[in-house]
Amino acid sequence: MNIPVRHATAAAKLAIVDCDIHPAFRKPSDLYPFMAARWREHMTTYGEHLRQGLSGQLQWPRMMAAGLRVDTFPEDGPPGSDLELMRRQHLDANGVEYGMLMQLSKGGMEERNLEFAAALSHAINEWQLETFVKPEPRLRAGIVVPQEDAAFAVKEIEHRAADRSFAQIIISPRSSDPLGHRRYWPIFEAAERCNLPIGLHVQGFSGGHASTSSGWPTYYMEEHYAATTGMQNTVTSLVFEGVFERFPKLKVVLIEGGFAWAPALCWRMDKHWERMRSETPHVTRPPSEYIREHVWFTTQPIEEPENPQHLAEVIEWIGWDRLMFSTDYPHWDFDHPQHTFKFAMTDAQKSKVFRDNARALYNLP
Amino acid sequence: MKRQVVARAGDVPPGQCKLVTVAGREIGVFNIGGQYFALANRCPHEGGPLCQGRIGPLVTSDGPGTYRLDRNREFLRCPWHGWEFDIRTGQSWCDPKSTRARQFQVTVEPGEKLVKGPYVAETFPVSVEEEYVVVEV
Repeated sequence: MNIPVRHATAAAKLAIVDCDIHPAFRKPSDLYPFMAARWREHMTTYGEHLRQGLSGQLQWPRMMAAGLRVDTFPEDGPPGSDLELMRRQHLDANGVEYGMLMQLSKGGMEERNLEFAAALSHAINEWQLETFVKPEPRLRAGIVVPQEDAAFAVKEIEHRAADRSFAQIIISPRSSDPLGHRRYWPIFEAAERCNLPIGLHVQGFSGGHASTSSGWPTYYMEEHYAATTGMQNTVTSLVFEGVFERFPKLKVVLIEGGFAWAPALCWRMDKHWERMRSETPHVTRPPSEYIREHVWFTTQPIEEPENPQHLAEVIEWIGWDRLMFSTDYPHWDFDHPQHTFKFAMTDAQKSKVFRDNARALYNLP
Repeated sequence: MKRQVVARAGDVPPGQCKLVTVAGREIGVFNIGGQYFALANRCPHEGGPLCQGRIGPLVTSDGPGTYRLDRNREFLRCPWHGWEFDIRTGQSWCDPKSTRARQFQVTVEPGEKLVKGPYVAETFPVSVEEEYVVVEV
């Protein structure tokens, strides 16, 4: 069983960087001030046409109150939409020095109408600035772009890149083709050129694919687990398509996809590379080396082995410099900074995971 | 040890929880069919505000395809991660041996007795005609 809280080691008083905070709009029309009249009209009349069968709803039931922490609902609007509550309940209470915003819906990543997707992307980026980052300098926006329209994505990235309010580029890890495909390379090229990491957060929408590799699951518990296997598919594609060989300075963050699987995946990929390397001669080094150099992992929802020390051993394989703390506030599977790690960490390890790795990666002052 | 009068008996309706503060601790007082129980408002898993969670039944099954709802309004589900606790014992359903919500003694006392002492109702006016919930910490 999991180890209860009394064995927890506290990250007492350490200022932290939270690499996964979900903002929300009170209502979709909050985006209207940032959209041209043509797209306001489109949104009102037609709404979204998403990369999934059942437009406008998630494909599976969600835990708790629509997937949200029950105590995070403000008086008006959904959790994450009230900056004052976010400050009081999370940023102040948990010593958050910087929080990375992860806006997933209505940013165009899942929209099939690419012109509308571009309008949504631009609007959601403006909205993040006006609603959250300008009033709260601890927060950093992500440049949300539709990965299926690389040409627009590059323009939006270049438009935002000089603004330090934005710390990374956000695209879906469940792209229409596996993400290493060349149609997405202009985005990676722009990311490398602008020195911005690519943030890949597990998606409520699975890009028109079944959410597990063996089909649609029956239960939320099955789907939640599939977030980790989906991330493995994505990172495998990035490695074998040669993305890290072509873009040697590219940095990728896998957000909310777990990390305990990474050593085993690397061992297996290295083994296959030793035998079948000639199929992909552009992959000139063992796959694990690319992952070690280019990939960062966020912690939440952290794996909780019966013997907490086993997790420390897994992190040794991944590297203490590649793991970044995250809470997922205000979602139901939130990890609390004082209870996330149930084994003793050195001060140096704590500083890296809770703060310094993210500060270095995201170039935070 | 400290005993404190926290509510009139009628202030905690059956199946409900009333959040009170005793000696600086937040405590949830529950009424299950006229029996009162008190649990710390702190989940033993990761410290979430346990008593603000949903009170409901226990769902169990004897095998795939059969489902049963038992003990309606006797289980508390933490508002953060959904861990389920037996309100009567504080025990976690999934890990009853080692994960337990902190429990406190609760009694219902007639106002007449409370007025005589030795327990002083510090924050709560007591009249001899009613019954009161008393929590011990």
